[in-house]
Amino acid sequence: MSTHLGLPDLGGLADVPTTDAPQKAKDYKSDQEVRWCPGCGDYIVLNTMQSFLPTLGLKPENIVFVSGIGCSSRFPYYMNTYGMHSIHGRAPAIATGLAVSRPDLSVWVVTGDGDALSIGGNHLIHALRRNVNLKILLFNNRIYGLTKGQYSPTSEEGKRTKSTPMGSLDHPFNPLSLAIGAEASFVARALDSDKKGLTEVLTAAAQHRGSAFVEIYQNCPIFNDGAFDVIKDKDEAARRLIPLRPGEPITFGPEEEYGVVRSGFAGLETAKVSEVGLDNVVVHDPTITDPAYAFALSRIGGQDLEHTPTGILRQVSRTTYDDAARAQVAQAKQAKPADLQGLLTGNDTWTV
Amino acid sequence: MTRETMASPANGKTEVTKLDRVVIRFAGDSGDGMQLTGDRFTSEAAAFGNDLATLPNFPAEIRAPQGTIPGVSSFQVHFADYDILTPGDRPDVLVVMNPAALKSNLADVPRGGILIVNTDEFSKRNLTKVGYEQSPLEDGSLEPYQVYEVAMSTLTQGALADTGLGKKDAARCKNMFALGLLSWMYHRPTEGTERFLTEKFAAKPQIAEANLLAFRAGWNYGETTEAFANTYEVAPAKLPQGTYRQITGNQALSYGIVAAGQQSKLPVVLGSYPITPASDILHELSKHKNFNVTTIQAEDEIAGIGAGLGAAYGGSLGVTSTSGPGVALKSETIGLAVMTELPLLVIDVQRGGPSTGLPTKTEQADLLQAMFGRNGESPVPIVAPCSPGDCFDIALEAARIALTYRTPVMLLSDGAIANGSEPWLVPDVADLPDLSVEFAAEPNAMDGSDEHWPYVRNTDTLAREWALPGTPGLQHRIGGLEKADNQGHISYDPDNHDRMVRLRQAKIDGITVPDVTVDDPTGNARVLALGWGSSFGPIGAACRRVRKSGMEIAQAHLRHLNPLPANLGRILEEYDTVVLPEMNMGQLAMVLRSRYLADIRSYTKVAGLPFRAAELAEVFTDIINDTRPEGSGETDHVLTEATE
Repeated sequence: MSTHLGLPDLGGLADVPTTDAPQKAKDYKSDQEVRWCPGCGDYIVLNTMQSFLPTLGLKPENIVFVSGIGCSSRFPYYMNTYGMHSIHGRAPAIATGLAVSRPDLSVWVVTGDGDALSIGGNHLIHALRRNVNLKILLFNNRIYGLTKGQYSPTSEEGKRTKSTPMGSLDHPFNPLSLAIGAEASFVARALDSDKKGLTEVLTAAAQHRGSAFVEIYQNCPIFNDGAFDVIKDKDEAARRLIPLRPGEPITFGPEEEYGVVRSGFAGLETAKVSEVGLDNVVVHDPTITDPAYAFALSRIGGQDLEHTPTGILRQVSRTTYDDAARAQVAQAKQAKPADLQGLLTGNDTWTV
Repeated sequence: MTRETMASPANGKTEVTKLDRVVIRFAGDSGDGMQLTGDRFTSEAAAFGNDLATLPNFPAEIRAPQGTIPGVSSFQVHFADYDILTPGDRPDVLVVMNPAALKSNLADVPRGGILIVNTDEFSKRNLTKVGYEQSPLEDGSLEPYQVYEVAMSTLTQGALADTGLGKKDAARCKNMFALGLLSWMYHRPTEGTERFLTEKFAAKPQIAEANLLAFRAGWNYGETTEAFANTYEVAPAKLPQGTYRQITGNQALSYGIVAAGQQSKLPVVLGSYPITPASDILHELSKHKNFNVTTIQAEDEIAGIGAGLGAAYGGSLGVTSTSGPGVALKSETIGLAVMTELPLLVIDVQRGGPSTGLPTKTEQADLLQAMFGRNGESPVPIVAPCSPGDCFDIALEAARIALTYRTPVMLLSDGAIANGSEPWLVPDVADLPDLSVEFAAEPNAMDGSDEHWPYVRNTDTLAREWALPGTPGLQHRIGGLEKADNQGHISYDPDNHDRMVRLRQAKIDGITVPDVTVDDPTGNARVLALGWGSSFGPIGAACRRVRKSGMEIAQAHLRHLNPLPANLGRILEEYDTVVLPEMNMGQLAMVLRSRYLADIRSYTKVAGLPFRAAELAEVFTDIINDTRPEGSGETDHVLTEATE
């Protein structure tokens, strides 16, 4: 059960000032030359973000991007908003301090698989469990790019890289399972190449009050090229991608001939609709409070991309840390005036 | 110590001796409530108007095995009829609740000192546990002392017989019995403790009554038995006029942060992670949310400072509090704060190191970590309080520097100051400094464009503008990568980097700090005793002793360690010898030698406890007499009685 402190269930942008002035994508482009490698998936995500932000109608000065270290973490420099390129893994912690103290800002964290899941794993899970009003975009290219090609916490077992010439020994994280395990209130996945799907997910994330975790599969053309080719190939994509649409049975395949059905103890698996019947296909409901459902969904997608759910897996309402923290301050202010002299003097004095 | 004895007009049996100062140490098992007992006795002394200083000393383990030496917890209080500077070198009175407490504390008691012993715990088993083959109460080894044997557990149980409490629970009140007895011996007012017990146990009336009964039983035991030949009076101290309260260093530091928020009109955001001996700052600030204070208990030390820095970026007074091991973890973020030039208070309540070290003991060994413990050229201002009460002023000073110069500031307190308490002259809020800040409101590009350049500097302070997210037209990006001078875009240009390194250094070097003052009563001293941080008390007390013995010595104490006061170099030159005691291996001495090419005599001790005044007095005397060999560290302790 989620804990509500009697706070109104507002959208993620409730306190962020809006403007009627028309905005265009170019308004969000900074004057800095973008320095990612040619063909990098980050370009597409950046363009999508710059075209999507105007649709929110927010005052651009009330948007902040905070990043860590890595290729994706250069993102803030290219956005004509406020931004901080911080240190490796720590962006969620820094963004927490900002979000708690400034409800009038829409705060976005841009991170990568190494930044968020390796050096910054602790901050990520704690930001998610606290449900701080942050939008966390994890660009997952399954490799360390900026340091020129070592395996990452999402690389497949046995991956040969400069640091693993005989193959990596690490079992990879499933980022969605991790986020759901931390009871993130919003968990979604999108592909860098799918502008429409990514825009839908970003829009919902922006409107969500609380931590929104979005994994974006992103191609690194230099050190891990083609990692996601199997789900970008049109025919293969139709067979492998499982688009999640709230309120609809989870079906997929070129002819929608496959579906997701219940399996074992709180699990889900894929099956042929013709064999199980449409009535037995699970109807997607991201608002189920128990994280077991979204977790089971996340497990359908494996490292091998054989099946890959995309869209919003989980979207539940739960009190945010920053709202609750501000409510305590407001409550304390109401209960007791800020009498500094009284505080310093205390109750137990003597006079000389 | 001066004394004056007369027959008590009260009962004619005991004599009342007037003393100018007394040091009492309560020692017992960790579960015996010695910290509470000491704390209450201190409050009674404060309420009576004595000057006082305290030294709590307890193990890092919450409950070490009962009755063992590692489990001993003690609380020393020094109270006097004049202004004192330290918690006292050696206890005049040692109250011991068990054999372990006797064994571990006896060496500190001067011959002739008073021992008050709870005999009930001196069983064969308890004696064996700490290696006594024979009871020291019986083998004559305590002959040099005035020993008072009191069966405190039994007497307490007797007093509580009608309360319905079990024997074991009743015996747990024996610390209040001890407090009652000592309160009688020293003519302390008792109303405060009675009120305290009633309020503390308001929800448990039976426990409240038991503690009150035990407290009164201790008092009555002294009053009605003839066991004690003397009681003692220590008159109120003649301190500067004003309203006083008792305060610990961590409390004063927390109040200083609250005051800094009010005086700057900024919200305070503390990001912190529990760590001894700094956690009380997190606890205290969490009580004062009505002053627009937000406290975040983060998932780790790094997240604590990260939250503080994130809040600072958004326009709050960002604070993080920790001890040495936490500073090690925060170093990278302090570097980011240096690079992004944002105001941030980093509080290091130093403890014994390295590594986990001595969590509950004191040390001054983080100075070089604070000064240099980051990658790259990463200058940070450093301030250090010299007493518990000074923590309030130093917090305001740290905030002034951080906000004026847009820089992280290291504040180095330590365990002795943090947990020690003293009477504090309550400041008038109207006298506190104005710390209000101006945020950037207009684009400031030097090329006439409508852009905001984040690294354009104030020509006086070299501080960059604080442009808050949410300000229209000032959108800009900052971060850990090197930035172009003024414009603030990423720059790898060699000359630019060299210039930015020098600018960051010049900004810190140019911080205005007050001159250091020298206490040299005759103006003829040839030796200067220099110090920093919590050693102010012992150094000052040692100087008093040296002067009382007819010699001359000057004293100066640094509260600003980076940048150093502008007049320090001249002062170092004015004396033939400068002696610098530090609870480290000579860290400030190293800095001063390098900075001023000055011949500093370093005296070091790293024992986890504050210096003793007597020890330093001997060091100073030897140096004045030119009989002390260079480079000697630890000295034998002087056992002679002396005033401060």
